[in-house]
Parts: sequence; structure tokens; C-alpha cells
Amino acid sequence: MRDERQATLREGVRILVRAMRDEPVILGIAVAGSAVYGLATVATAEVIGRVTDRVIVPAFRDGETTTGALALAALAIMVTSLVKAAGIVVRRYFAGLGQYLLNARYRRQVSRQYLRLPLSWHHQHSTGKLLSNANADVESSFWPIAPLPFALGVVVMLVFALVSMFLADPALALVGALLFPAILLLNFFYQRRLSPLATRAQALRAELSGVAHESFDGAMVVKALGREAAETARFAKVAGQLRDANAAVGRVRGAFDPMLDALPNLGVLAVLIIGSVRVADGSLAAGTLVQVAYLLTITAFPIRAIGFVLGELPRASVGWRRVRAVLDATGALPHGTDRLSASGDDGAAHLGLHDVGYSYVEGTPVLDGVHLDVEPGRTVAVVGSTGSGKSTLASLLVRLVDPVSGAVLLDGTDLRRLEPGQVAAAVSLVFQQPFIFEDSVRDNVTLGLTVPDDDVWAALRLAQGDRFVHELAGELDARIGERGATLSGGQRQRLALARALVRKPRLLVLDDATSAVDPEVERRILAGLRDAALPSTVVVVAYRRATIALADEVVYVENGRVSARGSHPELLTTSPGYRDLITAYERDAVERAMAGTNQEKRS
Amino acid sequence: MSTAAGPGSRLGDVRSGSAWATFRRGLALSPEITQGLTPTLLLALVATAGRVVVPIAVQQTIDDGLNAAGGPDLGFVRWMVGLAAVGVVITVVAAYLMNRRIFRASEAGLATLRTKAFRHVHDLSVLTQDTERRGSLVSRVTSDVDTISQFVQWGGLIMLVSIGQLILATIVMAVYSWQLTLLVWVCFLPLFLALRTFQRMLSSAYMVVRERVGGMLGAISESVVGAQAVRAYAVEGRTQQRIDDAVESHRVAASRAQRLAATAFSTGEVVAGLANAAIIVVGVLLGVAGDITLGRLLAFLFLVTLFVAPVQVGTEVLSEAQNAIAGWRRVLGILDTPADVADPGEDGVRLPRGPIDVRFEGVSYAYPNGPTVLHEVDVAIARHTRVAVVGETGSGKTTFAKLLTRLMDPVHGRVLVDGTDLRDVRFASLRERVVMVPQEGFLFDDTLAANLRYGKPEATDEELLLAVTELGLREWLDSLPAGLETPVGQRGESLSAGERQLVALARAYLADPDLLVLDEATSAVDPATEVRLARALEGVSRGRTSVTIAHRLSTAEAADEVFVFDRGRLVEAGPHAELVDKGGVYAALHAAWVSQSR
Ligand SMILES: Nc1ncnc2c1ncn2[C@@H]1O[C@H](COP(=O)(O)OP(=O)(O)OP(=O)(O)O)[C@@H](O)[C@H]1O
Ligand SMILES: Nc1ncnc2c1ncn2[C@@H]1O[C@H](COP(=O)(O)OP(=O)(O)OP(=O)(O)O)[C@@H](O)[C@H]1O
Ligand SMILES: [Mg+2]
Ligand SMILES: [Mg+2]
Repeated sequence: MRDERQATLREGVRILVRAMRDEPVILGIAVAGSAVYGLATVATAEVIGRVTDRVIVPAFRDGETTTGALALAALAIMVTSLVKAAGIVVRRYFAGLGQYLLNARYRRQVSRQYLRLPLSWHHQHSTGKLLSNANADVESSFWPIAPLPFALGVVVMLVFALVSMFLADPALALVGALLFPAILLLNFFYQRRLSPLATRAQALRAELSGVAHESFDGAMVVKALGREAAETARFAKVAGQLRDANAAVGRVRGAFDPMLDALPNLGVLAVLIIGSVRVADGSLAAGTLVQVAYLLTITAFPIRAIGFVLGELPRASVGWRRVRAVLDATGALPHGTDRLSASGDDGAAHLGLHDVGYSYVEGTPVLDGVHLDVEPGRTVAVVGSTGSGKSTLASLLVRLVDPVSGAVLLDGTDLRRLEPGQVAAAVSLVFQQPFIFEDSVRDNVTLGLTVPDDDVWAALRLAQGDRFVHELAGELDARIGERGATLSGGQRQRLALARALVRKPRLLVLDDATSAVDPEVERRILAGLRDAALPSTVVVVAYRRATIALADEVVYVENGRVSARGSHPELLTTSPGYRDLITAYERDAVERAMAGTNQEKRS
Repeated sequence: MSTAAGPGSRLGDVRSGSAWATFRRGLALSPEITQGLTPTLLLALVATAGRVVVPIAVQQTIDDGLNAAGGPDLGFVRWMVGLAAVGVVITVVAAYLMNRRIFRASEAGLATLRTKAFRHVHDLSVLTQDTERRGSLVSRVTSDVDTISQFVQWGGLIMLVSIGQLILATIVMAVYSWQLTLLVWVCFLPLFLALRTFQRMLSSAYMVVRERVGGMLGAISESVVGAQAVRAYAVEGRTQQRIDDAVESHRVAASRAQRLAATAFSTGEVVAGLANAAIIVVGVLLGVAGDITLGRLLAFLFLVTLFVAPVQVGTEVLSEAQNAIAGWRRVLGILDTPADVADPGEDGVRLPRGPIDVRFEGVSYAYPNGPTVLHEVDVAIARHTRVAVVGETGSGKTTFAKLLTRLMDPVHGRVLVDGTDLRDVRFASLRERVVMVPQEGFLFDDTLAANLRYGKPEATDEELLLAVTELGLREWLDSLPAGLETPVGQRGESLSAGERQLVALARAYLADPDLLVLDEATSAVDPATEVRLARALEGVSRGRTSVTIAHRLSTAEAADEVFVFDRGRLVEAGPHAELVDKGGVYAALHAAWVSQSR
């Protein structure tokens, strides 16, 4: 427990050091501003003390004063307060600037990692967590940066305050010498009590948000099964825990804050007792008494800045640990330097899979020893039962993941040896579940590729999506909501198909890309693909005969292996598994017809 | 995060109505906050009283102690300071008790508010839910409520104490010298008045920051949620550019707000300096004229410090108050959005269990602000019938299914179940009897067993296995590495698309409804499994009414009756064979299907 706390503290200090190294100039200016502020604060009390002794007390004693003395006093007070204000502006502005620069810097780094790390890494981390890594965790890592210059300035202030008090009167300085450490100590205990509670509340807040997110994401299922009350109970439970955690934080804050407020007041009272004895015996000027009392009053609040920093450190180190986990994650898909031969640029690509194996969970291979050779321009249908690994195979072809064993070759080159961008330039995959960006129709099709609108329309036409896009207000400029919520299932799929077609890929991979499209539209899409005579090699995952009929060759996947390949008629005779799968509807229809006639005969 | 409601949002923000009205409504919805408020306020009074102890003690020490008529009276100083110390300690105790009460009451009230709002989100129709980003809905029950609690426990407290402190300080000052009191107020009053202006500038600056946070989160979430698409199309560069732009514009906005805040904060110091200078000049002149004692003048310097904190944090407190009001409005906005597809509750009809019949009477539907997508549907589904619904994409099949399960209410006409208008049936009864399985089987991030059990929490493992076996999925289940305990990943993404659909179907099947509505629920499942499933469902659903939407017409062939939709109209209805003979829309669809599947 204790070690852990020390480790957290050490880590927190390391974050501060790192921040100072990342933004030395900006944060340096903030610290300088803060130091000026600290000095000016001490100076304010000095000025008040001197003015009391030299201007106020004589005036009251003598019943007269001079304009010059008054003007000088007013000027001195104004100047110190202006300097102090300037220090505050510089400190606050630059501290904020530094904090935001750091946030922005690390947000960019974190998101770069998201774009760089392989999908297998993404699979292991929930969306909510990754979003909070980039947002809340980065923010809490650098939260202590805002009060840091303040705290450093306060250290300067304290040193000068003690010096100033000792110069004024050693006996009164003793009060300060006891009071300052007492405040620091109380602060320290405060933060020590508070931070585990605050961290817990923070964790519960994240948990609550996770519960709400999942529950709202699945709102349709909740409704369909009438589980609103159960979901509310689940939410209320965490909300109750958060309530109790926050109340626990409140109890600690509620106890320590008033004590921290009261300590300087007690200090001033002590100064009054001790000081009045010494003023009475003539060894102290009244102004000095006022100076010290005033100094204690105005330094009371700034001292707490040190507590602000200390208090944020545990949360910062938790946040930073999570950010670091992302930044340090390795396993990005390494790239090579090879390029696909320029001559092949417009022609179809050659695809080869050599002894490819893949597993999501170690020990349970999804694909195992898959061999495949697809000559340029040929169309291959991949057929297999639910969960047999077809989508996994498709994702290997565009190098979303790398095989655990074996290699995927494009024009004879291992995908891993190609330059970044080469694979995507040559291969397009249409996902089984289309992902629609919250963007215009045009941008959803082009994804930033610069192509004329004519090409976008051509692709939409080929995907049989032009008609419904014409009906949208704004046509290509129509904006589509989060995850394409306002489109029907078939409309989303056709948009995703157009996205692949507009790129004129040399290898087109369709993963059951027309499952939500009605037979008639599907027929038109397939006919279009055939007539367009695309200069592509096509791999298509499909169940329907018509789709399979497009293929020159069929690959039947069973238990993660290619169990048969050949033309469709060949497979029908050679592979019983394939036959069972493909003729299921026919057999069903026949059996039903027979059952029907039997029934009729019987009746 | 508190991104503004999207342009198409149908959730209210309660923009109308003053801040005060929002405040009152908010408090009414979380009664815990106002319970026992009087003792809390009394404690607050005591707690603030402690703040003027020190200035008074300074004045007393100087005037009645050191400058006492008969020479320095140290006994009086000791006695008086001792009393002051007791006052300080009492203040601490009072403040502690006050804080505790405020924290406890506000947390209890806000937890209630959150939970009410959460429940209400689920009571809204799917359509209303879809007009709002999920993230924004989440923030309404999380961070928006946090802004309220933050305000109540920090800004609100400070505001309370500050006001008390200003009033008390002014009273003490007025007793000491009305001239100097006036002077202090002349210095600070413009600043108090300027607070509103500062705050308005600041809050518009923060508004920009909040909007940019929303944009930034949106941009980053694309790189996470759409990771596959980004990777497959190598649009990392473009995505990164968007993120960088969003991050940068957020930083710029935040820095701008910071500049304003820093300036506003420092003006308190400048004015305090001005006030001190003025007090000394005028105070000395008054002292020379014998109108004020030395102690009282010096006490003023201490009393002025009580003015500084309220103006320094004033702008921030006001901004926080505004954020809290905005947050409160957004939470209330949920509660004020009528549950457009409302549960009739206690007054509703409870349908006895058993086979169901359905009738559509002149049903039309249009999505909000959209054209009519379903026209005048008149149709009946008799008990025990298995209906297949077919039609082109976008022809209105899903819309039909949503009306049938009362996820939406028709714009015209009505839907009757067992002769009762769906709108009059209690949800508890309706959801037990009518269950729909949508195309995208959403699974919760839990084990397979937990997901299967979702519709029937009391189901034992044996029952789960039995259901899976009945559906002919036992072999598949056994092939999974951990069987029922297999984690499905978030949204079910550790399963294949077809497997997700199998789980969603089995989940609905376990709930054992009397009317099962399947909307392309097996579109990603292989033909052999699909046929097996269809047969299993028929076997056990003899007696059950079912409506199945499918593009694979094998379903239609096996159904008792086929409904054909075309551009929002029910154009044909009847048994498969009849419709094929008729040679209409269905015959053409079927021909296309046959030519493709055989
Ligand atoms: N939430 C919505 N808001 C606005 N319009 C919608 C919404 N959902 C669907 N629509 C529109 O209503 C029409 C009918 O959609 P519906 O989802 O009922 O079609 P469908 O027959 O189920 O199509 P599919 O076979 O592609 O699933 C379409 O034109 C669609 O664009
Ligand atoms: N992210 C993942 N983590 C763990 N296992 C996974 C993951 N994704 C898929 N699997 C498992 O790998 C196997 C193959 O999945 P895949 O998606 O490739 O199947 P598929 O052939 O495309 O199936 P479908 O026809 O249903 O789309 C399945 O058993 C599935 O449960
Ligand atoms: Mg798949
Ligand atoms: Mg649909």
C-alpha cells in the first residue's frame, strides 16, 4: 500500500518532469510569472507594513499628514498589485497554454497509434476504453500541469515570506515557521485521504458511462425483449455506488477544507497575542504586527496550490499509465519497401495463399494450412458454413491481419514486404457488415480519393445504389447519420460496394456483400459486374448459386481448411459437404413438396 | 463530453423557460436536494460568520488592546483572542456539518435524477433514440449530471459562502465607517457588474470548446470504431489529418478561453490594490479628522481581502452555474421528451398468453419529416399462421415489422392484436408475447450464456442447452472453445456475423413469445443451417404465429402466407403457390430467386 503510494508519487513527478521537458519555454514562462506573483504577494504585505508605520500610525498620532506621503503610499500599493496581477495573468495563461499543448500533443500520438496498431490489438480493447484513453486519460495525465507553475511560485513565495518575517521580527516569524509546515502537512494528509477515494469515484464514473453506452447501443434489443426495468436496475446499481463514492469524497473534502481555511486564521490570532505583548513593551512597531498578520492572511490560499498538484498526481499517474500502454503497444504491421510491378498496375492481380494459418485465440486455429492460387482476372467463390473462417480469410487478403503461419502473396510478393499503401491501392474489400462514416454520400464513397463525381455515380450505378441516392435530399452531398442509421440495410450495403468499385481495384474481395439486398437487385449487381468486365481478380464469399455461378472456381472451406476446390458442378459431385450446403434450399423445397403431396394424398 | 444535440435531434433542450424555471423543475425532480435545507442554511450562516472574526480581532487588538484608554491592556487581548479562536473552531464544525449535508443531499438527488433519465431514454421510441447520437445520450445521464454535481458542491457552495461573506463584511465595515464602506463598494461594484459580461464572454468561449470536444471525439472515434474500414482502404492519412485538425481546433479554442479566464481572474487583484490605496488615502484623512480609529482603518485592509475571492472566482462560478443549468436542461430535456410510443401502464390491457392474431387497419407510416413510406396497409394474420414478408430493399418491410411489434406507432390507422389496439396493451404483457429479432444481432459484452439468458434471466444452463439443441445448433455450440462460457466480445464482435445472428435468434426463442417477428434474422447464416433453423422453428412453433422477413425466398416457399411489399404498399398477399400462378410482383421476385439459387 505504502510502496504503491510512493510509486504513484514517483510516477507523478516523472510526468511533471516530462511535461516540463516537452514544453520548457511555455511552462518556464508560466513559472516565471508565478514567481513574480509570489514575490509581489510578499511585497504587498511589506508595503502595507511600511505604510502603516510610516504613514498611517504617524498621521493618527500627530493628527496630520502630507499629500506626498499619501500619494507615495497609494502608488506603492497600486504598483505591487499591478505586478501581482500581471504575474497571475502570465502564470494562468501560459500554464493553460502548456496544458493544452501537452493534451494536443499526446492526443495526436495516441490516435496515431490507433491508426498504426493492427486490428488484432483493436480487438482486445473496447471502443469505450480507447476513446477515454485519447480523451479523459490524456486530460487527467496533464491536469496537474495547470496548478504546477502556481505551486512552484508558491515555493518561492514561502521562502521570501519566511525571510521577510524573520527580518521583521523573529518571534512572529516563528508563528509562520510553524504555520506553513502545518498547512503543508494538513494538505498532505488531506490529499492522501482524498486521492484513493477520488480515483475510485473516477473509475465508477467510467463504469457508469460504459453501462449507459452499452445499454443505449443495444436499446433495440432491450426494447424487443422488454428488459428496460432490468437495465435500469443495472444502471441504478452503479449510479448508487458512484453516489456513495462521491459522498465519501465529500466527507473528506468537507472536513479538511474548513480546517485549511481555519489554520491561517488561528495563525493570525497567535500573531496578535504574541505581537501585542511585544508592541506593548515597545520592542515591535505596530506596522510590523500588521504586516505579518496580513502576510499570513494573503498567503493562506496560495499555499493550497501545492495540495492541488499533489492531489492530482495519483489520478494523473493512473491516466498516464493507460496512455503509456497505448503509446508503448507494439505489433504494428511491419511494412517492407517492395512495390508491385508498375506493368501490373491496370491489370488484374495474381493472388496466392501459401499454407496460411490464423487463430484469434491461441490453440484454436480458425484457418489452418490454406493453399490458394488465383490467376489474374479469375473469379473465385469462397463457400463455407457459418463461422468456418471466410471473413477471416477475406481480412487476410487486404492485410487487416497477418497470418500466424504461411504467407499471402500478391503478384508473387508477400504482403508484408510491400510498401505502406500498396495493398490498399490494389485490393478492395467490401465488408460483411458495412461501416458507414458520419459524412456525406460522396465522402463515404470516395473516402478522400480525388475522383470526379461522374466516377462516383458510375460506381453507385454498378452497385445499384444510384436510384436511392438520387432520392436523398442533396444527392451526393446528403449527410448520413451515425452508422448510417437512416438508411435501410440494403442501402448501406450498396454504398459500401460503391466504395470498393470506385477504386477500380486489381483484386476485389466481396464478403457476403449482398446479403441484405433482394434477389432482383442482386441479379442486377452481378450482371453489372460481369458486363463491366472489370480488370480485376475477384474473391467472393457467397452462398447463392447466382453469385457462385459468376465464379470460375469454387473453394469450399470446412473447419478452417480448403476441403475442396474446382468448378461448381465438380464440387457438387466430389464434395458432400458442399453439396449439402448449396442444395439445402432445393432439398428443402423438394421435401416440403413431397410432404405436401403426401398430406394431400392422405386427406 | 456534452456535445450539442444534433440538428435532427428530437430530444428537447428545454431552451424555453428561464434558468430559474429549470432550477425549480430540476429540484422538484430530485427532492432529496431540498430535504432538510433549512438546517443546512443555518449552518451556512454560522460558517460564514467565522470569516469576519480575524478582521474584528485585529481591530479590537489595536483599538481596545494596544491603544486602550489606560495604556495597553494585554489581558483584554488574551481574552478577546481566545474568544475569537473559539469562534474559528465553531466555524470549522459548522462548515463541516454543512458540507456533509450538501454533499449527501446533492449526490442522492442526482443519482435519482440520472436513473430517472436513463429509464426514460429506454422508454423513448427507437426512432427518437436514433435521432440522437449514442454518445450524446450517454453524456446526458453521465457528464451532464456531473456538471450539476460539480456546481452544487463547488461553485454553488462558494457562491453561497461568498454572498454571506460579502454581506457580513459589509455590515462590519458599515459599523466601522460608512464612508470607507462606500468607497470599497465604489471600487468593487463595477467589477461585480462586469462579472456578467466577463462570464458571458467566457461562456461563449467555453461553448466553442465544448463543441470542439464533440468534434474531436467524433474524429477519434472513427479511427477506433471504423478501424477495419480505415485499414482496408488505407485512409489512415486522411483520418489522421481530420483528427489532427480537430485536436488543434480544440486546443486553439481552449487556449482562447484560458486567456479570457486569466484576465478576468486577475482583475480582482487590481481592484483590491485600488481599494487598498483608496482606503489608506481616505482613511488617513478621516483619521486625521478624528472620524475613524486606527484599528478600524487597519481592519478594513483585512476586510477587503474578503471581497477579492468572490470576484476572482466569480466568473468561474457563474460559468459553472451556466454549465450546470445547461446540463440540467439537457437532462430535463430527456424527461420532457414525451415517450412517443408510450406504455399505457396500469390502465393498459393485459393479454392472456396463447396464440395471437393480428390485424392492420388502414395503416400508414412516415418517418418524421419524411415522405410516407408505408401506405394504407390493410391485412390480417390469423392465429397459428406463418407469414413471410418479401419485397425490394427499401420497400418498407422493416417499417412493417416495427409497427407490428410497436416499436413505432402508425401515423394513420391502427394495429390490433387479438382485437385490442396495440397502443392499449401494457408493455409488460406485449413484450412477453411479441418479440422481434432485428437483422443486426446486437450482443452484450458478456458470455454466450449471459446473452442467451437476456430475455429470460431465470433460465438454467440446462434450459439454455435444451433451446440450443432444439434449434439444431448444439453442434455449433460444442465447436466453440469455451461453449456457453465463450465471451462474445463487445457488440458480439468475437463471433462471426452468422454466429451473432444465431445467438440473437436463440435468445429470442428462449424468451418464448407467442408472436415471433424475424427481420432478416438469418441473412448471414449458411443455407444448411438456415433450413435447419427454419424447420426447428416450425416444429416448435406449431401454434405460434410468426412473421419472417427474408430475401431468401426459401422462407416464403415454406410459409402459410406471403406478403409482398413494393414501394411502401402491400401489393400482394396469399400462399406462395397462388402468388406464383398470379404472375405478379412476387412471381418475378421468385423467378429471380430461383434462377439465382438453383
Ligand atoms: N429511421 C429512418 N428515418 C428516415 N427514413 C427511414 C428510416 N428508416 C428507414 N427509412 C426509409 O424508409 C424506407 C423503408 O425502409 P425499410 O427499412 O422499411 O425498408 P426495408 O424494406 O426493410 O429494406 P431492406 O430490405 O433494405 O431492409 C426507405 O426508403 C428508408 O430509406
Ligand atoms: N475477434 C475474434 N475473436 C475471437 N474469435 C473470433 C473473432 N472473430 C471471429 N472469431 C471466430 O473465428 C471463427 C471464424 O469467424 P469468421 O468471421 O471468419 O467466420 P465466417 O466464415 O465469416 O462466418 P459467417 O458466415 O458467419 O460470416 C468463428 O468461429 C468465430 O467465432
Ligand atoms: Mg463472415
Ligand atoms: Mg429492412
